[in-house]
Parts: sequence; C-alpha cells; structure tokens
Amino acid sequence: MANNPVFDQIRHDLNNNDVVLYMKGSPAFPQCGFSAAVVQVLNHMGVKFKGVDILTDPALREGIKQFSNWPTLPQLYVKTQFIGGCDIVKEMYQSGELQDLFQKNSIFTSAQA
Amino acid sequence: MPMEKHALEKLIRDGIPSASVRIEDLRGDGDHYEAYVTSPTFRGMSRVQQHQLVYAALKGCVGRELHALALHTSAEETTQA
Repeated sequence: MANNPVFDQIRHDLNNNDVVLYMKGSPAFPQCGFSAAVVQVLNHMGVKFKGVDILTDPALREGIKQFSNWPTLPQLYVKTQFIGGCDIVKEMYQSGELQDLFQKNSIFTSAQA
Repeated sequence: MPMEKHALEKLIRDGIPSASVRIEDLRGDGDHYEAYVTSPTFRGMSRVQQHQLVYAALKGCVGRELHALALHTSAEETTQA
C-alpha cells in the first residue's frame, strides 16, 4: 500500500500547494453538497486553494481514502496535514479554529479574526 | 444500500463501549444520518482521530453502504442547541 503510485501524486500536490481540497467536482462546479460546503467556507475566508476533482480519476478517488485513512470526500489538507472532511471543517470554521490554523501557517485570508 | 438506524447505533456502541450515541435519520430514507457520539475515550484526541475511531467501529460502511453520515464527536457531554 505504501508503494501505491497514487500516493506520489498526492504527496506532490500537497508539497506544492499550501491548501489542497480533494473533492467531487471542481471548485466552480462542485458535484456534491459536502464538497460545495467546504468550497464555500474557503471562498468566504478568501483562502487560495487547489481543488482536485477525484471524480475524473478512480485510482485517486480510492487512493486518497487510503492515504488519509478516511472513508469520505471532501478532504482538506493544509501544509501537507490532513485537517478533516466537511463536518470538521465547518465546526472549525464556526469555532474560529480554522482561521487560527491558517494564520499559524502564514496562509493569507481576507477575513479578519 | 440503506442501513437500519439501530444497526448503525449498535456498531458504534460495540466499537466504542463507553460511547453515548444519538442518531438522527436526516431524510427518513435510512441513507443520510447524523450521529452525535460522546465518549471519554476521545479525550486528548484530535477531531480527525475521534472520527477515525467511529469510522473504524463502522467497519468500512461509511462511503459504501452508508452514503452520508454527518458526525459530531466530543469527549464531554455538551448541551446541544
């Protein structure tokens, strides 16, 4: 499993982008309500992120679940760290933890804490 | 494939014996649930770790048999608004 070639692709994306969202559909056209909700949070905070559409790549769709040991999508990563899915992102946004996380990692947000 | 509410509840309780579990069937279709799981086992764990424990208790059902499970975990009993 550690040799899964998809993992190299995932690590490459995570190493080259501070904020990565693995999702169903694209940020402009999410194909699932949970993915859309996370896109909405990130856009609202003015955070620049890379959206990866897993619907176009079945190997990645399975691979990302093994990579994070997490069975569902979307999945948000900040500075290579898995942060969580839709429920966790929403909870962290509401409690202000998400804003703190971005600030701690020197990631620009338009919203003020 | 939908799943019975009590089957879901039993899997979580069996996996995390100290857990108190409350489940809502969001659409009444047996396929979209919201679960509130509280357990002292969660103390000191990150949210991701807490959810992973619940997913492990559900033995791979989430994302397959179960389409949607909104999950709220906490170590302490809290009053839910």
